[in-house]
Amino acid sequence: MNKSDQNAPTAQPENHEQQRALLGDLYRQMLLIRRVEEASAKAYAQGKIGGFLHLGIGQESVCVGAIAAARKTDYVVGTYREHGHYIAKGGSPKEVLAELYGKATGSSGGLGGSMHLFSQKNRFLGGYGIVGGHVPLAAGVAFASKYRDEDDVTLCFFGDGSVPQGALHEGLSLAGLWKLPIVFICENNQYSMGTPLYRTLAVEDVTERASGYALARDRFKGEDVLRVRERVGVAIERARKERQPTLIEVITYRFRGHSMSDPATYRTKEEVEEWKLRDPVPLARQRLLAEFAMPEDQLVSLEAAVKAEVQEAVRFAESSPPAEQESVWKHVYADPALDPRST
Amino acid sequence: MRLSYREALNQAMCEEMERDPNVLLLGEEVGHYQGAYKVSQGMLQKFGEKRVIDTPIAEAGFVGVGVGAAMVGLRPIVELMTFNFSLVAIDQIINNAAKIRQMSGGQFKVPMVIRGAGGAAHQLGAQHSQSLEAMFCHVPGLKVVMPSTPADAKGLLKTAIRDDDPVIFIEGELLYGNQGEVPEGEHPIPLGKGDIKRAGSDCTIVCWSKMVHLALAAAEVLAKEGISVEVVDPRTLKPLDTELIFSSVAKTHRCVIVEEGWPFSGVGAEIAHRIQHAVFDELDAPIERVTAMDVPMPYALHLEELVVPTAPKVVAAVRRALYLAAPTA
Repeated sequence: MNKSDQNAPTAQPENHEQQRALLGDLYRQMLLIRRVEEASAKAYAQGKIGGFLHLGIGQESVCVGAIAAARKTDYVVGTYREHGHYIAKGGSPKEVLAELYGKATGSSGGLGGSMHLFSQKNRFLGGYGIVGGHVPLAAGVAFASKYRDEDDVTLCFFGDGSVPQGALHEGLSLAGLWKLPIVFICENNQYSMGTPLYRTLAVEDVTERASGYALARDRFKGEDVLRVRERVGVAIERARKERQPTLIEVITYRFRGHSMSDPATYRTKEEVEEWKLRDPVPLARQRLLAEFAMPEDQLVSLEAAVKAEVQEAVRFAESSPPAEQESVWKHVYADPALDPRST
Repeated sequence: MRLSYREALNQAMCEEMERDPNVLLLGEEVGHYQGAYKVSQGMLQKFGEKRVIDTPIAEAGFVGVGVGAAMVGLRPIVELMTFNFSLVAIDQIINNAAKIRQMSGGQFKVPMVIRGAGGAAHQLGAQHSQSLEAMFCHVPGLKVVMPSTPADAKGLLKTAIRDDDPVIFIEGELLYGNQGEVPEGEHPIPLGKGDIKRAGSDCTIVCWSKMVHLALAAAEVLAKEGISVEVVDPRTLKPLDTELIFSSVAKTHRCVIVEEGWPFSGVGAEIAHRIQHAVFDELDAPIERVTAMDVPMPYALHLEELVVPTAPKVVAAVRRALYLAAPTA
């Protein structure tokens, strides 16, 4: 436990029954995301999907815990490692996999791909591929909530690799200056692509940046999904009630490389194995069994249901019609008469 | 009514903000300072700090804020003090504003206007004298508007604010004080509709923004020699009113394109391509171009004049197009 960990306020305690149901649901979500990521990796290896594929395996507790603390009407803005966030915000594995397969039934009809998942109905505002470039945009979403006197909060996720990027600082700066209802969540997975933190940041505690921008701050380990939910929940309420933005750093780890083309030779096997002892998915399972006395057969049937859901999603993606040719020019401009083929 | 270009822009913003509470203005010095070029004069007093928002000098930050706010239903007008500073926000414009509709499969739109001064003024040096319209025209998803007169400035800005796509609205830094007749009441001008600024029969000059005034001055000189020039102002570069340009060239059979930007990959190069492709048989001479010289802008006054398009350069180009002078290499 670090210092800021001890100082952080705690969320409202819930009773044991509610806690169990909650953790069961969060476990299911994390497992679902992991299975979707594994299915994506498999399809990628089979050559069925293309492009870049950045998996969030190992980091599931961050997006699941954080988004579980938000309301349905709150907004989420993510990075290119955002499949989990998309699903946690209410998106379906079918939409994710179909998008990766380049199908018309994908979240963006095959126009976005792995890095650009969007869902208007779930208020999931994307998947962005330029590191740190989405942070000012997220501040703008929070700006709109404040402008309209709505109490929705924006959650903006980014990796430790975006901390040196200028746009991130401009976004943090404006959020602090204008008191925007936003929570900035740094998913610190220790590596900016293949470069470890100590070689990219002179000050490794990301939340040290908060004081210069008048942001509240919190920093904690991310393997416990309930802790993530509680701590992000505090920041969300602070944003909602006080319009006080917070910069959060969650310490986490990705078990795979930066993308599918990265064998991750820049770190030792021992290091990865050590982090796997804190894998959030089995940790949640153990807690359900030990602390909440959930019967194992209940977990087994939950896991079977998740497996079936992902298998069904893969079948859906594979059998869906390909993205439509017309969509290439249909969505460039609002006016359908403005056909880019003739401009 | 007679208005300056600056007042016309101010009226357009005020009228749209009165009409739609989702329209707001943000940028450097737009509020308390009353605008670096006084385009937003009086707007803070009229609409308050909630809707006329001074920003720190953080273009990537506040342009990005505009994009995010537009995605969830606001219609921000983001003022860049000059378009030179768009370069520090270019990721927000090109990677976010221009692409979000497409990347999201049409789920999200970005109805925002990014406006401010463009082009050379007087001796502002290399970093403050750029005409970057070609760069924005290159990017699918953006619309690019460059009005030359107060009436066009007002009518086009109102349409741009109501448009559901991101619009790059480049104002002529030296045009703000120009006076002109502006129609009373509503006169929104559709994006993509050009205008004949002077009718003529011997040669077409395609030009926009400040260059329209050079072309009109050149047309006066040429008229004294009995040469009748037609000045075509597309007003919007993207989408481009090619029909108007083609029909004028079909009438005059000769064409000069004048732009303040650099020649290589300039907007004029694209227009010339389209003309030769669509109305090849109508052309009686090669299309001439007048552009800035392909150099960063020098400071010294006589050097700046050497680099930028001028009326005498336009006159010379028309003479070449009419085979009254030797063609350029």
